Amino acid sequence: MKMDALWLRANVIKTIRDFFWERGFLEVETPLLIPANAPEEHINPVVTLPSWQLQTSPELCMKRLLCGGHKKLFQISHCWRSNERGSRHLSEFTMLEWYRADCDYQALMVDCEELLQYIAKTCLPDNGYFEYNSLKINPFIPWERISIQEAFLHFGQVDVWECLRKGLYEEILTSIIEPALAKFDSPVILLDYPAELAALARTKPGDNELAERFELYLGGLELANGFSELNDPLEQRKRFEEANRVRSNIGQTVLPLPEPFLNILATMPPSAGIAMGIDRLVMLTAGSDSIDEIVAFTPEDL
Amino acid sequence: MYTVADLKKGLKIILDGDPYLVVAFDFVKPGKGQALYRTKMRNMINGSLLDRTYRSGESFEPASLEERTMEYLYKEGEHYTFMDQQTYEQVVMEEETLGDAKNYLLENLKVEVMLFGEKAIGISLPNFVNLRVTATEPWAKGDTSGNDSKPATVETGYVLRVPPFIEEGELIVIDTRTGDYSTRVKG
Repeated sequence: MKMDALWLRANVIKTIRDFFWERGFLEVETPLLIPANAPEEHINPVVTLPSWQLQTSPELCMKRLLCGGHKKLFQISHCWRSNERGSRHLSEFTMLEWYRADCDYQALMVDCEELLQYIAKTCLPDNGYFEYNSLKINPFIPWERISIQEAFLHFGQVDVWECLRKGLYEEILTSIIEPALAKFDSPVILLDYPAELAALARTKPGDNELAERFELYLGGLELANGFSELNDPLEQRKRFEEANRVRSNIGQTVLPLPEPFLNILATMPPSAGIAMGIDRLVMLTAGSDSIDEIVAFTPEDL
Repeated sequence: MYTVADLKKGLKIILDGDPYLVVAFDFVKPGKGQALYRTKMRNMINGSLLDRTYRSGESFEPASLEERTMEYLYKEGEHYTFMDQQTYEQVVMEEETLGDAKNYLLENLKVEVMLFGEKAIGISLPNFVNLRVTATEPWAKGDTSGNDSKPATVETGYVLRVPPFIEEGELIVIDTRTGDYSTRVKG
């Protein structure tokens, strides 16, 4: 079983590479050990050597390459997030990220459709369906797009802003919204998140309460998170400092700011970038309900 | 104290004064959101199930449970008495707490008693026990009705299906995990 899963995993990763190479994306490798990640309220980096952390995402280095003039980039790399372990989480996991200059989040949604259809054709037998919790998800029928506020109002009869104020956002999202998304036969895109849930995203033109951020779900499983990138260094610094204020209030360590990134951010063209969990993509391709089934070793095996 | 990071299947904690066993656990974390720790727990005294969701920063008191080898002494009404052979300490358990285990309790049987503080909350039995058949229909030789089992009562009063050749007074081995006949003890 595990041997089949490892062949499938290798095939999915090779197929992702083929997809981006065919489309003229540059594959890059950036350092995994870095002095500073983007400080986020609820993501805790793994600190190794004094003053060095393992990356929680390659995001900042990828954006610095956009600043250097590269237009289309992708990377497959390991990321680490402290104390995240469950049937869909590993502290060390594999992430696909890709970035496009001169584009916004709409272009990434199209990329997602083409990528998943490409993987379905290449890696899935006969019918080309992904599977999670015995639910089949067909990437070839039109994808559902719902704003996060519509999703909260429609499936939960609650206002997303009110949930955020009352600290119920995560509870409602995971116990009501995600199970409702599992009922769709197609992939579902939730979009236009409250700005406070998108620390590195650009807000919508004319509406600074909403961010141009989206999340891709298959069978209720969160697979990818993409957005139009914020390239205003002052605003970005303000948001990082706010994240650190919240961290300090909830008893988490205050994280160092990524100064070289902030110093160069003003030169970044309007861009969009996205992170997709490869382990979860392999789960969906294998029809596995547990991330343990599609990795060579879990932390507990070591 | 345990923290949410210690939560996993099999962990035993105290909740509202009762010991609970974590029977299912998952870590949930929506993108950019706070982590939630979803658990399903079983009350180790009354068996009831409970769903609870925790967040980072919460902590739990470990349930210290002790297992001690004791001997079953006797039953009075619905009360079953066990004794520690080393300390002569006795504990009493209700029939309801014992569940199916009561079917195999023969005087002087050694069992593992689970103690939560002073209170006995359950027992674990040997996987196999020998019990004598006290009543069953005789085997009608030449019976071709095709019945490959018949009811039999053993000395604890427990009734189970046994093969037709088992006779009254015979000693049989019962698997306490399933409650089924396993084999006959010869001699």
